[in-house]
Amino acid sequence: MERFAATARKDRYGRRINRDHSPVLLRIVPWGSILIASVLPFFIMTASIPLVPPLGFLFLLAWRFVRPGVLPIWAGFPLGAWADLFSGQPFGCYIVLFSLALIAVEAIDLRFPWRDFAQDWAMASVIILIFLALGALLSGASVSLPMVFGMIPQAALSILAFPVIARMVAGLDRLRLLRVRVIG
Amino acid sequence: MAPPSSRRSGHSRRAQFGQFTGYVIAAIGALVGAVLLLVSLFSPNAFSGLRGSAAEIVAPPAQATAVARDESQGLIEAIRGYLAAGSQNATLRREVELARIRLAEATALDEENGRLRALLDISERDAPPVVVARLIGSSASSTRRFAYIGAGSSDGVEAGMPVRAPRGFVGRVLEVSPNTARVLLLTDSESVVPVRRAKDSIAAFAEGRGDGLINIRLINLGINPLKRGDIFVTSGAGGFFRPNVAVAIADKITDDGAIARIISDPAATDFVSVENIWEAETVQSAQAPAEDDIGAGEDR
Repeated sequence: MERFAATARKDRYGRRINRDHSPVLLRIVPWGSILIASVLPFFIMTASIPLVPPLGFLFLLAWRFVRPGVLPIWAGFPLGAWADLFSGQPFGCYIVLFSLALIAVEAIDLRFPWRDFAQDWAMASVIILIFLALGALLSGASVSLPMVFGMIPQAALSILAFPVIARMVAGLDRLRLLRVRVIG
Repeated sequence: MAPPSSRRSGHSRRAQFGQFTGYVIAAIGALVGAVLLLVSLFSPNAFSGLRGSAAEIVAPPAQATAVARDESQGLIEAIRGYLAAGSQNATLRREVELARIRLAEATALDEENGRLRALLDISERDAPPVVVARLIGSSASSTRRFAYIGAGSSDGVEAGMPVRAPRGFVGRVLEVSPNTARVLLLTDSESVVPVRRAKDSIAAFAEGRGDGLINIRLINLGINPLKRGDIFVTSGAGGFFRPNVAVAIADKITDDGAIARIISDPAATDFVSVENIWEAETVQSAQAPAEDDIGAGEDR
């Protein structure tokens, strides 16, 4: 009797026969990871300079670049509103910046459909720098030269953290696509 | 990676409309956000209720992480202490002896102060703190410098109250929710604290610079008398803060004052105490516009 190859029965997302993706996981992993990442900087105590990268925004960008189509283009509004509650910025700041970032990435997608990761990283870096600069301008404080110097470490950390976070998002994407639902 | 082909809607009317609606909702979201932002820039307390309830939600895990943070700091300090134990022991022994003598002298002075106060009929004004609480969080990724403490209006905390650590001044309460409070730290660029030099009474303002340092701006301009290492304490002017709480230590002398480092770094403190507003009447009368009656300034 002929047998199927073992690999035909399952792949990295689990068994292929009689299993399907879970609709709950499909949605909760991207949204949940961004919501949690937005709160994480709250737990860290810094009194001198903004040192922690805006993790929620980095996760949003990473999901958008690594897995286009997972987040709808209007996702900036709810995610930004949540992030605003914990960021210390005036309420509405991250709603605007998250929304504008998603619209900008959409425009980039239309203009440059074929990209590799280095280009993604370069574009994400530009977006992160604009995000931090606008965030400082809209923070309700007057921007001074020392403040700008104080922001350099955070900007550098954020840019360096992007590939790591993109990697984490790729891992989360595997979790998202696990075939856990039993059919029939 | 090329975007997925699902974005190309083709001839399907339904897909085209769906995509178009997405763009419209995104644009509307950005606009609504801009309006909310304008509202909160013009009245910073507009959404304090929302922020407060959000802080309430994350307060329990934040308390737990704060405990873990303090304990890990203690461990690092303990290890560091072992490395320099021998020489440090000898120095400390000498210092303790001197400190004991100074302490005895200070007690004598304290007694004399009490007697003189009784003579002048001034009541004791060192009120106990409203509450002692942990620092549970901060705005670590924003350019603003806020901290959150694990005590709120249910513990008697009110907006405007000064917050201090054992080492010195930390900031003042900005918003309260039932179990948390948001504190404007000394290092925020919008924070201004009236100070004086500890050894004489040269008055100045301590303003946050936004990079973790403090700008000491002298009130009386002229020849700058400040020296590196000068310690500044709160002056009590304005009525918000109790006088003689350590604030900053001068590091670099500038034309109109100095650039100073904070004495009590909130990142290295575990517990802070919230104190009553020093002279509530002074604060109220200072907030009344000059053309109004003093008595009318009670809307705040």
